[in-house]
Amino acid sequence: MSLTPDDVKRIARLARIEISDAEAQATQVQLNSIFDLIATMQAVDTTGISPMAHAQEVYQRLRDDAVTETDRHAAFQAIAPAVENGLYLVPKVIE
Amino acid sequence: MSSETSLSALAAQLAAKQISSRELTRQYLDRIAALNPSLNAFITVDAEKTLLEAAAADALIAAGQAGPLTGVPIAHKDIFCTDGWLTTCGSKMLHNFVAPYDAHVIERFKAAGMPSLGKTNMDEFAMGSSNETSYFGAVKNPWNPAYVPGGSSGGAAACVAARMAPAATGTDTGGSIRQPAALCGITGLKPTYGLVSRYGMIAFASSLDQAGPMAPSAEDCALLLNVMTGFDPKDSTSLEREKEDYTRDLDKPLAGLRVGLPKEFFAEGLNNEVAAAVDAAVAELKRLGATTVDISLANSQLAIPVYYVLAPAEASSNLSRFDGVRYGYRAPDYTDLNDMYAKTRAQGFGAEVKRRIMIGAYVLSHGYYDAYYLQAQKIRRLIADDFNAAFRVCDVILGPTAPGTAFKLGEKSDDPVEMYLNDLYTIPANLAGLPGMSLPCGFDSQGLPIGLQLVGNYFSEAKMLNVAHQYQRATDWHARQPEGLK
Repeated sequence: MSLTPDDVKRIARLARIEISDAEAQATQVQLNSIFDLIATMQAVDTTGISPMAHAQEVYQRLRDDAVTETDRHAAFQAIAPAVENGLYLVPKVIE
Repeated sequence: MSSETSLSALAAQLAAKQISSRELTRQYLDRIAALNPSLNAFITVDAEKTLLEAAAADALIAAGQAGPLTGVPIAHKDIFCTDGWLTTCGSKMLHNFVAPYDAHVIERFKAAGMPSLGKTNMDEFAMGSSNETSYFGAVKNPWNPAYVPGGSSGGAAACVAARMAPAATGTDTGGSIRQPAALCGITGLKPTYGLVSRYGMIAFASSLDQAGPMAPSAEDCALLLNVMTGFDPKDSTSLEREKEDYTRDLDKPLAGLRVGLPKEFFAEGLNNEVAAAVDAAVAELKRLGATTVDISLANSQLAIPVYYVLAPAEASSNLSRFDGVRYGYRAPDYTDLNDMYAKTRAQGFGAEVKRRIMIGAYVLSHGYYDAYYLQAQKIRRLIADDFNAAFRVCDVILGPTAPGTAFKLGEKSDDPVEMYLNDLYTIPANLAGLPGMSLPCGFDSQGLPIGLQLVGNYFSEAKMLNVAHQYQRATDWHARQPEGLK
């Protein structure tokens, strides 16, 4: 498998990372060498093996549906790039 | 600096009121001020805040309310959110992030009365094996400043090796505690997955990330583990278990211990001097009463490819939160929302982090999920099964921590694959969720430290610390300190 510069740009778009043509070229070489390394696992026969998502067999714990947190929005928004009236500001999304 | 800096010795001096926490902490702050300009082990130091914490510890001691380590200072990896402290994770993305709350690990050390000496340097978002990906510059190895300290907990390892702190916290996703501990000549332990809460620890690969202690000796690590571990309802993968005393087995003799030697960890690619030092450590353990068993971890050969699918996949999801909206960096100029995301992330993340996010986005994308992500998860099972089989015939697995000693700054930074191979022996324990530790076992011909790795069965930390402590009673590698630091 070998990624083209267009593949790299598509992946960058999926990851929401702006990338220039020159960066895409350099990244393509590095990603291809990493995918060559990853490709060695394709030869392994894993028929009948169940995937392991997690080291421990844990289950989602449930708790009472009760308020446990205090209102700290002022502290959390004090570190935001742009806020107004308790709201996070982003560029206009809907015309 | 006093020559006896073990945590138990420092705690005894504090309890006997031979020294106050303020005096002790000031000594370490002075050493940080003297050495950090050249070693770059700390990103943030705030002497005023630290000394306030030391004064509070002195008050606890005076009131007779001290715990076992109250007043002993510790350095924290800059991956742990620390209320009111800059918490950068080594990234431009969080260069201005003052955390509004404490990570569980930080809470535990505060509750134990241990003042924070500051936040240690690290590879950006813990992605690296040399500490060179930090936005705040590379850390230098105290044994030779032309060499890397390892990573990602490179600042933690370097500050302990240079005795700028008696101990430090680290995190380990693929070897980030053990490999820098090996390269800097200290002891570090990655606990069983789930023992230490991940709450407030900035996430890299959530099914692998685990915090642990880094210090000169195994005894120190046992004392720190007593503070760090424990159930936390705020971490959905935190394990509900009885509280353990990890020092309980330190003094047990090693007679009858079965040490497993995986042939794959001694194969081609291992540096000769590292192999010789590890062999000598095996001989020492035999002298102490252990026997050896040859074992095989056949699928561990696949650990690196599996890791470089799973860890980036999890990272690409975890790091999607850095969007320039709620905290951290936001690009100054953009046209619309998507452009703001793309520019913020292009400018805020470094090259290695972007590479891994892109690998993750690709292996999870439509049409590739089964071939990469699912296949990697299946091989992860095979790797864990190998360990389970091995622990039927041995009590602890032993091998080198890293294939070589520290390498020169810049030597591998242009070749990601070459850098990834450093974690060949450490990644399998993360994939299986097993505890692993590194302890010093010698030096190469250039005077650089060599690390010995122990991997134990689930929840066998006390046994591993017992083995390490008995080894450290019989040897003095862990007590050696770099000379000529200035």
